[in-house]
Amino acid sequence: MSMWQTLVHYLSFPFVQHALVVGVLVALSASLLGTVLVLRRLSHIGDGLSHVAFGAMAIATVMQLSGDMLLVLPLTMLFSILLLQGNRRARGDASLAMLSVSALAVGYILFNLFPPRGGNVSGDVCTTLFGSTAILTLSRQEVWLSIGLSAVVVGLFAVFYRHIFAFTFDADFCAASGFKLRLYNLALAVVTATVIVLAMNLVGSLLITALLVFPVVSAMRVYHSFRAVTLCAAVFSVTAALLGILLSILAGTPVGATIVAADMLGFILFCALGVLKERGTKA
Amino acid sequence: MALITCDNLTLGYEGRAVLNKLSFAVHAGDYLCIVGANGSGKTTLMRAILGLQPPMEGQVVLGDGLKRGDIGYLPQQSAAQRDFPASVWEVVRSGCLKPGGPLMCYTPAQLALARQSMQRLGIENLAGKAYRRLSGGQQQRVLLARALCAAQKVLLLDEPVAGLDPQITAELYLLISRLNAEGVTILMISHDIQAALRDASHLLHLQPEGWFYGTRAAYLQHRKEELA
Repeated sequence: MSMWQTLVHYLSFPFVQHALVVGVLVALSASLLGTVLVLRRLSHIGDGLSHVAFGAMAIATVMQLSGDMLLVLPLTMLFSILLLQGNRRARGDASLAMLSVSALAVGYILFNLFPPRGGNVSGDVCTTLFGSTAILTLSRQEVWLSIGLSAVVVGLFAVFYRHIFAFTFDADFCAASGFKLRLYNLALAVVTATVIVLAMNLVGSLLITALLVFPVVSAMRVYHSFRAVTLCAAVFSVTAALLGILLSILAGTPVGATIVAADMLGFILFCALGVLKERGTKA
Repeated sequence: MALITCDNLTLGYEGRAVLNKLSFAVHAGDYLCIVGANGSGKTTLMRAILGLQPPMEGQVVLGDGLKRGDIGYLPQQSAAQRDFPASVWEVVRSGCLKPGGPLMCYTPAQLALARQSMQRLGIENLAGKAYRRLSGGQQQRVLLARALCAAQKVLLLDEPVAGLDPQITAELYLLISRLNAEGVTILMISHDIQAALRDASHLLHLQPEGWFYGTRAAYLQHRKEELA
């Protein structure tokens, strides 16, 4: 079979189609959220929360819950709100690092103490950390939940785009104009937790930060307005996710790691484009 | 009726007062400079005037039809802001956003106001430029234009010339004086007492041992007595 035929063959399977749809939507919402987090210098919070989500996932697996997300989502949301709403001390460098590694350690201990029936420990841990094949084994319920939640995130960005720009650029000014900062931070915390839990299915908890950071940082290399950066990051992220999923099917590599590798290559490409564009404007 | 009246205001954090029993009033057309050393409570006072911090005692009263959100604010820039990917036009028009305003788009009136604010500050030719590529002085003009979109009557400026070179500083002071002459009430936090004595109509000097409020002439007299 040629490569093309292999691809067409795989694409006829519903689980591959689901993976593509969910992958694209999750990558899209992650790039939008990432734009806000990176520009507000909060991307390390996203990283910390992804490890919290790992711990939560361990609890869900040990408890053998049928819908993992029903436990993981509220728990991650709780920590997200505590970190983004609470005082600045809670999100300091060191305390966040402690929270991160504690969640990882407790999660790993739980996996080992209560190995899931019929599963193997290192396999489960690897899946949760690196996503491996999780995106291809989503249940119908999880597929719809992912589609629904991603759609809500993208919808929120479309409706509140101008306000999101204003808050991201200068929250103090917005507060002075009479906007409620607490409400905005609460919404940001809820959306952050949602996107991180969704992205864990796609790339696993160790690699989530890549989905948040690479698209916007790449876009900033080439574009200088908020609108162009947001749109470019979205296109970048979706393209990398599509390429990553398709390549992983063809080459048999882990899905999450392949997507992140595509992001990384894209970043290098955009760095080069940025340099070329700079020279072009100077010449 | 004064625009802003601070009545017996005590401000602080966690029960510890930074400012004690402060009383003064700002009238339409005033140019008030708030001077004082670091930690004397200048920023705390500004946050209280903007309604971002509840006073421990006393109150801030807005009068003359002035409402919360009607004060144009020029905050000090953060490092993240200087490197923010945004066009000048995106930044300026974001000043038009108000709670309860239209969500999905700017109204033609808002966009006209944004254009007019840029003209007033002489930056209409920068509209399509990248904010992070501008010089410090140009960035301050952009943020001033944004503040003028939020409010046309009163501006609150937090050390607007910090980090600017002398010539740009002089130009910015001239611009602020011109806005004041056009009828905009100015409240400015400043380290630069010489400039305050030159431009301001009133001064508020915050010191750990107390505060002084008065017209420029009264402040000069007060300083002379202190030195004597």
